[in-house]
Amino acid sequence: MTHEPVTHEHSLYGPLADPAADAGHLDHPPRVGFFTDTSVCIGCKACEVACKEWNNVPEDGLNLLGMSFDNTGMLGASSWRHVAFIEQERPLGQQDAGLTGLPVGPSATAPVDLGLPSPGLPGRTPGEHQRTEFRWLMASDVCKHCTHAGCLDVCPTGALFRTEFGTVVVQQDICNGCGYCVSACPYGVIDRRADDGRAWKCTLCYDRLRGDLEPACAKACPTQSIQFGPLDELRERAAQRLDELHEAGVPEARLYGHDPGDGVGGDGAFFLLLDEPEVYGLPPDPVVPTRDLLTTWKYTGLAAAALLGAAVSAFLGRRPR
Amino acid sequence: MTGDGSRRPADGSRPADGSRRPADGSREQLTVPPARFRSYYGRPVLKPPVWEWRIPAYFFTGGLSAGSALLAAGADLTGRPALRRAGRLGGLASLLVSAYLLVADLGRPARFVNMLRVAKPSSPMSVGTWILTAYGAGSGLAGAAELLPPSLRATAPGRLLRAAARPAGLGAAAFAPGVASYTAALLAQTAAPAWHEARRELPFVYTGSAAASGGGLAMILAPVAEAGPARRLAVVGVTAEIVGSRLIERHPGLETQAYTTGRARRLRRAAECLNLGGMAVAATLARRSRVAAVAAGLALLGGSVLQRFGTFEAGVASTKDPKYVVVPQRERLAARGRTE
Repeated sequence: MTHEPVTHEHSLYGPLADPAADAGHLDHPPRVGFFTDTSVCIGCKACEVACKEWNNVPEDGLNLLGMSFDNTGMLGASSWRHVAFIEQERPLGQQDAGLTGLPVGPSATAPVDLGLPSPGLPGRTPGEHQRTEFRWLMASDVCKHCTHAGCLDVCPTGALFRTEFGTVVVQQDICNGCGYCVSACPYGVIDRRADDGRAWKCTLCYDRLRGDLEPACAKACPTQSIQFGPLDELRERAAQRLDELHEAGVPEARLYGHDPGDGVGGDGAFFLLLDEPEVYGLPPDPVVPTRDLLTTWKYTGLAAAALLGAAVSAFLGRRPR
Repeated sequence: MTGDGSRRPADGSRPADGSRRPADGSREQLTVPPARFRSYYGRPVLKPPVWEWRIPAYFFTGGLSAGSALLAAGADLTGRPALRRAGRLGGLASLLVSAYLLVADLGRPARFVNMLRVAKPSSPMSVGTWILTAYGAGSGLAGAAELLPPSLRATAPGRLLRAAARPAGLGAAAFAPGVASYTAALLAQTAAPAWHEARRELPFVYTGSAAASGGGLAMILAPVAEAGPARRLAVVGVTAEIVGSRLIERHPGLETQAYTTGRARRLRRAAECLNLGGMAVAATLARRSRVAAVAAGLALLGGSVLQRFGTFEAGVASTKDPKYVVVPQRERLAARGRTE
């Protein structure tokens, strides 16, 4: 790919130690966030429910998506936590699904004709090539509260702002529903509610944080897959957990969004995944659009100057008779 | 959801051309072998823009207004009263339509004024709002002066307005290049792969389109004798627009496909045909025949509309198919892995 001339102002791109201070908070608490360890997620969706309950998030369409146990689909204006379900034909680490010893072929009991329209009788299809290894991946996705947040950078009203906790929140009394943030998010998180006209996303339970409470999803998580705390501590804990998993024979475990050197300056909410990010619906190498702000303005300025020059030169030459 | 991903395994790789043909490509020879990528049931990674037809329509009317204001100011300074009048009135009318389109597209139109709470260089929409505000003042005054009824011309407010018209028109012309170009920055400053990757070319496509449409409208409204600058501006504008468009299509990345396939391709091909036709007539027959000038002007206006909708459609398409996100980002990671 072409090499980008990146800006060196940390406010726009690159590692940034203290986004809250960068946004003007002088005396502020440490940056907090989520570490979502998907290796212990059991897909109970308690986080989705707790979030809806606490934040009074409206119903997001009662649809059956017909693809897995996931009927939420993806994050959106009225889904601030989303549990993804992925079934794969491979074992989880060295786990034995216990299928190899099971008999294959026709069922032991005689098949019964239920009168259902199907090409063959139930139990009569050969089961041999269906006895495969399998694992379920489950992961609770959430707004990443980026160090360099594309949504915040483009918001023309200042409705989106950086809190003293380093998180990114929409002020609902200011948002005028221009929709720019929706297209600026490299993770496809924030969206506009059709009936309400304003943009909504996870607030990392800003109200609970101000009351010294942990966010509702983390509170409700029964397996501590969702861990809340100061970001520095979470990063240490995640590194330890990754080592543990690698030692335990799960080499596919990896962290996602933990690196302050990545395209968004590191996520406030990061993850431990057991497969490539795109398998979970996450972009493999997200970059905040603001990285290229100076390039964009430079070419825009050149084009504007060219238009002015073209207009002036159109009037040069012959005068009207 | 689309039926596309419903029966596919969650992590099933599939060809990045999005087709459901067998992977051996038996029906059609592809020049580039389809890249395989993984996704979450084929579902999109990004959110599609919430903007509807009003936003690309505004890109057209805003550009048209800017092009008209530039021609009006030039005509004012070089003694072409009919071209001046056409430019000022055309500029004001398209500005009023623009204002309606912009406010109506908001989720909360009554809160439009919240745009004026802040000025943010990192938000092209914020920068554009301020440019448009400054431009609107000049364009409004200059346009009002053209609409002044003869009975009011001698009154004190009438004389004041007529005196203010030239500085106001020049002021509008000073901000017009900004009005014409910031919309390209607005699209480029998004995560939509097709828009973001075209950040170097889109500004030239958009200012070119503004020049072509401004020239086209003036060719329709002003007599042939005064419309020389409009014809020349249109020719230069179409040239910039077509060169910029072709450069976008020559990008090596997968994002290019969003421009060269589907509805975006059809819209942009039609835009190019209208633009080339309009330009050819503008440079030849339109110098003598008003009928030809009107026909060329209409073609140029149509070309500009289709160009805006075509580039808009490309960006929308690039958010709806995960291949535009996953494949280029995977390539980037692979390239980084090779250098490290």
